[in-house]
Amino acid sequence: MNPGTCATTDHWEHVQAISREALGEPLWRFIEECRAAEHPESHLISVLHKVQSQYGHLSPTHLDAVAQLLGVPAAKVAGVASFYHFFRLAPRGKFIINVCMGTACYVKGADRVAMRLMDELGIAWGETSKDGVFTVEQARCLGTCGLAPVLMIDNEMHGQVTPDQVPAILEKYLKKARAQAPA
Amino acid sequence: MRKKKINLTIDGNAVTVPEGTTIMEACEGLGINIPRLCYHPDLSLMGSCRVCIVEVKGMGFYMTSCSQKVWEGMEVQTNSPDIRQARRDIVELLLDNHPKDCQTCERDGHCELQNLAYAMGVRARHFEGKRKRFPIDLSSHSVVRDSEKCVLCGRCVRVCAEIQGVHNLSQHGRGFNTVVAPAHMANMDESVCIQCGQCINVCPTAAFVEKRSAGGVWDAIADPEMHVVVQTAPSIRAAIGEGFGLPLGTPAVGKMVTALRRLGFDAVFDTDFGADMTIVEEAHEFLTRLKEGPLPMITSCSPGWISFLEKFYPELIPHASTCRSPMSMVSVLTKTYYAQKKGIDPRKIYMVAVMPCVAKKYEARRPEHYLDLPSPASGEGQGVRVPLTDAVLTTRELIWMIKCYGIDFLKLPDGDFDAPLGLASGAGDIFGTTGGVMEATLRAASELVTGKPADRLEFTEVRAVEGLRETYVAIGEHNIRVGVANGLTNAKILLDKVKAGEPFHVIEVMACPGGCIGGGGQPYPQEGYHVLDPELLRKRASALYSIDAGKKLRKSYENPAVEEVYEAFLGSPGSPKAHELLHTHYTPKFPRGIR
Amino acid sequence: MSNKVSQQFNALLAKAEQSLRARATPRAIRVQVGSATCEQAAGADEVLAEFRNHVAASGRTDIQLHRTGCTGRCSREPIVGVMVPGQIPIKYERVDRKAVHEIFTQHILGGQPVLGRILDGPAENLVAQEILVCGSLRCGWREGKSFVAVLKEKLASAGIGPDQVRVTVGSCFGACSMEDAVHRSHLLIRPAKVLYRVADEADLDEILRDHILGGQVVERLQVPGKTIGRKFLELYGDVAFFNRQTRIALRHNGVLDPESIEEYFHYRGFEALAKVLGKGNPKWVIDEITRSKLRGRGGGGFPTGEKWAMAAKAAEKTRYLICNADEGDPGAFMDRSMLESDPLNVIEGMIIGAYAIGAARGFVYIRAEYPMAIRRLENAIAQCRQWGLLGKDILGSGFDFDLEIRLGAGAFVCGEETALIHSIEGERGQPRIRPPYPTESGLWGKPTVINNVETFANVPAVINYGSDWFSRIGTATSGGTKVFALAGKIRHTGLVEVPMGTTLRQVVYDIGGGVAEGKQLKAVQTGGPAGGCIPAKWIDTPIDFDTLTKAGSIMGSGGMIILDEDDCMVDIAKFYLTFSQDESCGKCTPCREGSVRMLEILERITTGQGSLEDLDWLKRLALLMKKTSLCGLGRAAPNPVLSTLEHFRDEYVAHVVDKRCPAHKCTALIHYEIDPAKCVGCTLCARNCPVPCIAGQRRQPHEIDQLKCVKCGKCFEVCRFDAVQRL
Repeated sequence: MNPGTCATTDHWEHVQAISREALGEPLWRFIEECRAAEHPESHLISVLHKVQSQYGHLSPTHLDAVAQLLGVPAAKVAGVASFYHFFRLAPRGKFIINVCMGTACYVKGADRVAMRLMDELGIAWGETSKDGVFTVEQARCLGTCGLAPVLMIDNEMHGQVTPDQVPAILEKYLKKARAQAPA
Repeated sequence: MRKKKINLTIDGNAVTVPEGTTIMEACEGLGINIPRLCYHPDLSLMGSCRVCIVEVKGMGFYMTSCSQKVWEGMEVQTNSPDIRQARRDIVELLLDNHPKDCQTCERDGHCELQNLAYAMGVRARHFEGKRKRFPIDLSSHSVVRDSEKCVLCGRCVRVCAEIQGVHNLSQHGRGFNTVVAPAHMANMDESVCIQCGQCINVCPTAAFVEKRSAGGVWDAIADPEMHVVVQTAPSIRAAIGEGFGLPLGTPAVGKMVTALRRLGFDAVFDTDFGADMTIVEEAHEFLTRLKEGPLPMITSCSPGWISFLEKFYPELIPHASTCRSPMSMVSVLTKTYYAQKKGIDPRKIYMVAVMPCVAKKYEARRPEHYLDLPSPASGEGQGVRVPLTDAVLTTRELIWMIKCYGIDFLKLPDGDFDAPLGLASGAGDIFGTTGGVMEATLRAASELVTGKPADRLEFTEVRAVEGLRETYVAIGEHNIRVGVANGLTNAKILLDKVKAGEPFHVIEVMACPGGCIGGGGQPYPQEGYHVLDPELLRKRASALYSIDAGKKLRKSYENPAVEEVYEAFLGSPGSPKAHELLHTHYTPKFPRGIR
Repeated sequence: MSNKVSQQFNALLAKAEQSLRARATPRAIRVQVGSATCEQAAGADEVLAEFRNHVAASGRTDIQLHRTGCTGRCSREPIVGVMVPGQIPIKYERVDRKAVHEIFTQHILGGQPVLGRILDGPAENLVAQEILVCGSLRCGWREGKSFVAVLKEKLASAGIGPDQVRVTVGSCFGACSMEDAVHRSHLLIRPAKVLYRVADEADLDEILRDHILGGQVVERLQVPGKTIGRKFLELYGDVAFFNRQTRIALRHNGVLDPESIEEYFHYRGFEALAKVLGKGNPKWVIDEITRSKLRGRGGGGFPTGEKWAMAAKAAEKTRYLICNADEGDPGAFMDRSMLESDPLNVIEGMIIGAYAIGAARGFVYIRAEYPMAIRRLENAIAQCRQWGLLGKDILGSGFDFDLEIRLGAGAFVCGEETALIHSIEGERGQPRIRPPYPTESGLWGKPTVINNVETFANVPAVINYGSDWFSRIGTATSGGTKVFALAGKIRHTGLVEVPMGTTLRQVVYDIGGGVAEGKQLKAVQTGGPAGGCIPAKWIDTPIDFDTLTKAGSIMGSGGMIILDEDDCMVDIAKFYLTFSQDESCGKCTPCREGSVRMLEILERITTGQGSLEDLDWLKRLALLMKKTSLCGLGRAAPNPVLSTLEHFRDEYVAHVVDKRCPAHKCTALIHYEIDPAKCVGCTLCARNCPVPCIAGQRRQPHEIDQLKCVKCGKCFEVCRFDAVQRL
C-alpha cells in the first residue's frame, strides 16, 4: 500500500550540481572515488589538501560543496578545516613566505629576519601584502635546522638568511609574480 | 553472562563491583558523587573537562573517573588536599575565561558552573588574564548563542550530533580560541539548526539559552487595548510544578490556569483543545491517504521535526500531514472563530502560547502561519498581515513570570480553562509525550475507519520513553503498521526504512527525546536528575497519562467544543474552510542537511 | 615456503644487480651530490647541474654523477664527494658553482684535490692510505695493551709515517654482528676497502707486512660481506663528525640514491624481509625485536617488541600499522632525513612490523610541510609495488600488505598517537582518553601499532645483524642507537647517531665540535617542547631514556639544542611554552587554559613586571598541567618551565627581583649604551637607527636616547668598534 516516496520536493540533484560546479571536475571526481572507498569520511583531509592546492584557500562555498559531495556534515568539515594550521580559510597571497620559528632558527635570529620582512612588506603575521603577492606566515620547525634561520617560499628553501638578504629575496619572487601574471 | 567481580578501595573503603564499572559509578554506589562537567551518561565520553579527576595509586597523573574502568586492587583517593586543589584550580581556569556577570545572567542561581565554583571552593582568582571574545548570536528565533560563556564541555555538539543527528555544531579553531558554532561560524539562523533547543537543555551555563519573549508579553498584558489570550501545551502542566518545589511528575493544571489569570491574561485556552482538532483533521486526512496515498502519513506538530524534514529529508515532505500544529490551530481559531464569536477585533488580539518547546518560537514566525486580515468594514486602515501566534513562552519563562510577579503558586486554587477553546479530551493531554499523538490518533482512527467505537482506549504498546518503537495495530480489516520515534537519530532510522519502501501507514515523530515533555524549553532538571534522563521523562509522561485516565472525556471525537467549532464555523473536517485555516504546507529549506 | 621466498628474493636481487651493472661504468670516477631538502636549500641542485654541464663539455664517459640522500652534516652543505678509484674518497664542503669548476678541472681532470675546500678542512695534505679502527667498546683483542697504540708503534717501527698511512679511530663497523667479537678488533683499510678482524699482534704484523707494505689482501683475516657501518665509513670515515657516530638507522644516508630500488637491493635491501617471510613465524620476529631491546624512538621509549606483542595477541583480527612521520618537534629533522635519504629502509621495517602483528594495511602519517619526503616516499611505495614487495603475496609468502600515505595538516598534537588516529579518521586531531590504548582499540576501533620512522628504520638492521648485536650496542635497558638533531649554538650542526649510553659531552664536544664562537655552554635542551634543559654541569650524563628523565628532561624524538651564555633560560622556557600553547588542541581545560595563564606569567616576568610570588603560581600551574592534562602534550608542555625553574632559578629571580636579564636577551630588560671610550664617531649606528634616537657629531662619541630607544639592536649589529654595549 505504499506507492513509494515522491521525489517532487527533493532538490538533491540541484545541490549536487552546484557543489560540483564550485569544485570543478577533477576534484569532484576525486571525491567520488573517496566515497567509493572504505571509510570515505577519512579522506576529508586529503580532499581539503587538494581543494586548497587548487584554489589557494578553503572558502565556505568550497567547504559546503565538499560536505555535500563527501557526505560529511558541514559543521564537521568546517571544524576540521579550522583546526589544522595548514588550511587557510581566507585568500592568501601568490607566494606564502613561511618563516621558520623553530628553536634552532629562533636562537639564530629568525625573529629579526621576520621583522625585516614585515617592515619591507608593511604587513603583520598572517597578513597579505597590498599587491596580493606575499603572505607572511610563521612556520613551526621546517626540519632544516642546520641551515637556520630558514625561509620557505613556494616550496623552495632559503637557508642561513640574514635580514639584509630580505630585499633581494623579495625581488626575486616579485619578478616571478610579474612573469606569471596574465598579460 | 555473569560479569567478573572486581575488588577495590575507594577512600579506604572496600568496594566490590562488576567488571566494566567506571570509578565514578563505583563511587556512586558508595554514595560519593564526584563532581563533573562534560560527562553525560547518554552522550559519548569526552574526558575533557578534567573536573572528575581522582588519584589512583601507582599512576603518575590523575585519572578521569568518568572514563576509567576499575581494576582488581585499585586504590582510589577521591578527596585529598592535592585533588581538591587540582579540581579547584581547574574550575578557576574555566572561570578565568568566562564573563564575570553572574548577577545579571540568565542562569544566575541555576548554573552548573556556579555550583561547581562554590562546591570546589573557588574564593579567589589567582590566574586571571585575557578572556576570549565572541559576538553574541541573536539571529535565531529560538536559540541564543553566547560563546563567551562556553566552557567547551562539548555536550551541545554531542547532543546535536548523536541524539538529534543534525550535527549543526562543531568546535572550530583550536586551543584558547576554540569556539563552538555552526559551520563557518555562521549565525544559527543561516545554519542547518532545527531549533529543537536540546543544546539549551544540556548546556551547563548560559552559552545556549532560549530567545526571551516575556518582555513583549508583559507589555501586551499592560496594554489596555490588547486582548491577551494564552494557550498552554500539555507538557506545561506536567512540568510547571517543578519550578515551585512540587515532586517530579505532579500534574498542576488547575493552579497553572489560575496563575495565568492572575498574570493578567484575558482568556486562558488549552492547546489540548487544538490537539483534539488536530486529531479530527488528521484522522480525516489519514482516511484519504489510505485510499490515495502517499503513505505513510507522518505527524507534523513538532516544528523541530518539520525543520528537520525540510532540511534533511525534503523528498519526504509530501508524507507529512498538512495539518497545522495544535498551537497554530488554537491561534488561528482564536483570531477568527473566537474573535468573531466575541466580537473582538482580531488585530487587537495578542496570542501567547506557553510551550515546552523553543522551536515553536520559530514556528510562530514561519510565513505560513500568518493571517491576512481584511480592512475593517468601516473602510479605515488597510489589510494587515498578523502572525497567528504573537509570542511563545517556554515553561521556564512562565515560571519566571510567575515568580517575578510574586505569585505563590502552591497556594493557588484550581481554575478552569475558558470556553470556547478550553475543553480537551484526555487524548489531547497525552499529546505531550512520545507515543501520545499516535495513541490519540489510534483512538480516533479506530472509530473513523470501522465506524464502531474502539474496543480499547489505551494503546500501551506505543507508550515508552525509549526512542524508537514499531508495531502493528489492527483496525477493522487493516493491519496498520505504526512507527513512533523521538529524538531525530531515531527518526532517521524510520525514515530510511520508509525510503527503502517499507510499508508503514502512520509515523509519529517528535524531535525531542521523550517527546515534548523533554523539550528545549522545559525546566532544568532537579538535583539527582540529568537532562535526557529516562526516569525524569517517565515521571513527566506519567503526569499526562494520569490526567488522561482521570478524565471522562477521552476521545477527541466526543469533544463537544470541537463539534461546535465545526458546526458553527468550519463545516466539516476537511472542508474548504477547514483547509484554509487548519492546514499548511512545507517547502525544502537550505542549507541541505547531510544525513 | 622458505624456499619460494628466497627464490623470489634472489631473482629480484639478481635483477637489481644486473640493472646496476648495466648502468655502471667500470673504474669510473664518481661524483656524489646530496639531494635532500637541506641540500636543496643550500643550492645542491645548481651544483649538480653545473657538474652535469662540465661532464658533458669534457666529453669524458668515465665520470658518473650520483645522487644520494643527506648525510646529516647540514651546516656544510652542499657537500660533494669525489671518488676516484684507488684513492680515498674526498669530500668537499659548501660547494658553489665556482667551486664546481675548481674541483672539476683541478681534481677530476687534473688529479689534484682542492685542499682548501675539503670538508672540515682545510687539509694540509692527503694520505695515500688510511686505517680506520673500530673504537667501540665491544671490539677488543686478546692482548692487554691498547690496540691503537700498538698499531701506531708498529707503523712507526716499520718506518711508515703518518703522512703515508693515517690511523683514525671510528665507531662500530658492525662486523661484530657476524661473529663472536669478544676477542677481536676490527680495522678498515681505505681506499682498498678491506675490512680485517685482528685477534692478536701476529695478525697485525701479517696485515702490515702483506697488505700495507706488500699491497696484498690477507684473505684469512678478511671479513667478508657487507657489515652495517662499512659502506658509510668507506666513504666518510676520515671525517671526525662521521666516524665517531654509529650509523644504524642512518646507515644508507649519503650512500645510496634514495630513488633507486636497485641500489637499495645492492646494500642488503629487503634481505631482512626475505628472512622474516622465509621463516614464516611472526612470533619469532616479535621475539627478536624484544630481545634487541629496541624502544620507541619517537619519544615514548616504549619497548617495541612489547607493543607488537600486544597487538598480535588481540582478539580482533583486523589490525593496522602506522608510521608516525609527523615530526613536529621544532629542532627535529631526523625523520625527514631518513625518509628523504632512505625511504625503502623505513618501508621494509614497516612490512616486517606488519607481518609480525598481522596487519594487512599500513599508513604513513606524514606532515604536509615535508614535500620532498612525501615525494620520495610515494616514489618508493610505487617501486615496491612494481617489484612485488607491497601488495598481494609478497615474495610468494602469502602475506598481503599495502601502504597508504596520509598527510597531516599542520598540527603538532597529531604526533600524539590517538590524535594521529583521529586525524587519519578525518576528524579534528584531538587525542582521546586512554585506556583503551591503540593496541587494543585504535584506528577505526581496531588494534593498531604506531611506531616512529626511526624505530622502523632500525628494524631491518636488527633482523639482518641480529638482536644480540643490537642489544649489545647501547645500555642494559635500551638497545641500539639514537639519532639526534644537533642544532643551536654548536659548531657542527647536523644529525648525529650514537649508541645509547653515550654521554652528552661526547656528542657536544667530540662530534659537535663544541660551542660555536668559543662561548660558554649553558645548557643542553633535549626532547623539544616536551623536554627540559640539562645544565652544563651535567654534561657527563649518559644519554638514555631513564637517565634523561632523571635529569629533568626527556629523550623525546631526538632534538638536541645547545644553549650558550647568551641564551636566557626564562626566554627559552617562554619560547617552548608559546609553541605548546599555540599547538594545544583545546580539548581539555588544564592545557587549553593553563598554558595561556602560564604564558601570561612568563610574559610578566620577561617584561619586568613579575614578582617572586609569580614563580610559585607558575609552578603550581605547571604541576596542574602535568597531573591533570588529557594527553602527553599537555603533560609535557610544562617541562621546559619546570626544569629551568629547578636548575636556573637564579635567572628567574634576577628577572623578578632585580628586573634584570642576565643573558641580555629579554628586550624589555636590556638597554643599549655607547661606550664613549670606544666610540669613534663614525655615525654608522645613527644612520642605521630606525627611530632615530642616536645623537652625535662626526668624530664625537655618540649617545642613545634611552627614552626613545626601541631596543631593536641594529646599532649593536652594525658597530664595527664594539662600542655599543648590550646591558
